[in-house]
Amino acid sequence: MRKFKEKLSERIFFALALSSISVLALITLFIFIKGVPLIAEVGAFKFIFGMSWAPGRGEFGIFPMIIGSVSVTLGAAVLGIPVGICCSIFMAEFAPVWMRNIFRPAIQLLAGIPSVVYGFWGLLFVVPAIRNYLGGPGLSILAGSVILAIMILPTIISISEVSLLALPRHYKEGALALGMTHWQTIRSVQLPAAKSGIVAAVILGIGRAIGETMAVIMVLGNSVAVPQSVLDPVRTLTTNIGIEMGYASGGHQQALFATGIVLFVIIMALNVSAQYITRRKIK
Amino acid sequence: MTTSSDKIAIKDFNFYFNEKQVIHNLNLGIPPNKIFAVIGPANSGITTLLRSLNRLCDLSHEARQEGEILLDGRNIRAPDVSVTELRRRVGIVFDVPTPLPMSIFDNVAYGPRLNRKTRGKNKSALSGIAEEALRQAALWDEVKDRLNAPAMSLSGGQQQRLCLARVLALKPEVILLDRPCSGLDPISTAKIEDSLIELKNRFTIVISPHNIQQAGRVSDRIAFMLMGRLIEEGANADVFSNPKDQRTSDYITGRFG
Repeated sequence: MRKFKEKLSERIFFALALSSISVLALITLFIFIKGVPLIAEVGAFKFIFGMSWAPGRGEFGIFPMIIGSVSVTLGAAVLGIPVGICCSIFMAEFAPVWMRNIFRPAIQLLAGIPSVVYGFWGLLFVVPAIRNYLGGPGLSILAGSVILAIMILPTIISISEVSLLALPRHYKEGALALGMTHWQTIRSVQLPAAKSGIVAAVILGIGRAIGETMAVIMVLGNSVAVPQSVLDPVRTLTTNIGIEMGYASGGHQQALFATGIVLFVIIMALNVSAQYITRRKIK
Repeated sequence: MTTSSDKIAIKDFNFYFNEKQVIHNLNLGIPPNKIFAVIGPANSGITTLLRSLNRLCDLSHEARQEGEILLDGRNIRAPDVSVTELRRRVGIVFDVPTPLPMSIFDNVAYGPRLNRKTRGKNKSALSGIAEEALRQAALWDEVKDRLNAPAMSLSGGQQQRLCLARVLALKPEVILLDRPCSGLDPISTAKIEDSLIELKNRFTIVISPHNIQQAGRVSDRIAFMLMGRLIEEGANADVFSNPKDQRTSDYITGRFG
């Protein structure tokens, strides 16, 4: 009887674990089944590098959206990564205990704010600020980058901080005992040693930025064109799906799934490289 | 217990972690150009004492101390003392090898490269310093062909000698060794002990040996500590052959510890 119970519970856990993985597999399969025929029909090259997106005329080129996603994400990375890494260094090395105890939950809270709230805030404050002080429509790459930079901070800060705190104590003590200053120790021993963790943090942050939809839909302007400056509106791969899915059908709907495939491949590549980098042993 | 010729003079020194007192009213003089061994069972406050001598204990928020430690007659906690300067003058080798995650050469050159006195020196001068330090630590012959290999690829004993070389490259005045041979085989241990005896003319060496036999082999003077208190201090031969305190006698004959 006892043995039976043991076996039964094992099976139940296995079934539940399997179901979550199979959901992932089914979604992936579904996206590919829906999207691949269109890519095959249009041609992968024309689909990815086509400049014209006009579903009514059967033109499906997502290059402007790829540029949109890349530029907004790049902007978020440029703004968010330095701030995030510096913040994690401060938290791990300089902050007194009481301050750390306030900062850490506050940063986790930042991750808990729904993205639509970020978008709304961006629309009401960031967009008008850009319009008034820098010109252009305000709805722009810059607005999206600012919002995304804030949204990826928690990811970058917490993972970098953990990788700094996980370093063997003797790295720091050994360097300090050699008469290094605290900052020299951080720069030439601790940061290089925590490099893999910090790089993983950055990649995961970038992955989050590329995948974000709701917040950027509200501040990007969403016009399908290759932008000329950071003050121009753009449309990203995610917002393209988000905006048009409501009324798309037939080939148009397939094209949106095909957009999803491209997004899927990009994010998959980022996550796999993050995993690969974290697992690599420190030499 | 201290005299004006001492390299290091410890006066009325108390050390606390939070409420727990780990060193009680310690007075100790450490003479220059000798090997000074501090022996005692675990939890005697020896590691804390060594780490106080170059202010590595400052890293702990819970630590609090009273009394003073004089290096060449100057209080190492005086406000105008630079802690980085102090740590270059008073180097330490820990109880486990602690190579930095970089190449063998960089581990040794790292200190001198950032040091104000040797900064700006060219690569060959730096190589000279590194070679001299590695020779002094009896490691040169084993690593001279692979200076660019990662330090982690060395054996434990080699890593520990690398850590000694790293300290020597800074040309310190005092070298602290906290059970430097605790994880090492007898051959590596012998090599480190030989280096120390050779080096003592130029440095002041304070060692917490990993056993009493080592204290007997290498040291000129011995202090015996128990539960944070100094029990006895004297010349090697005196402490071993004619201990003044019963507890010292019990410890060195292996009745406890």
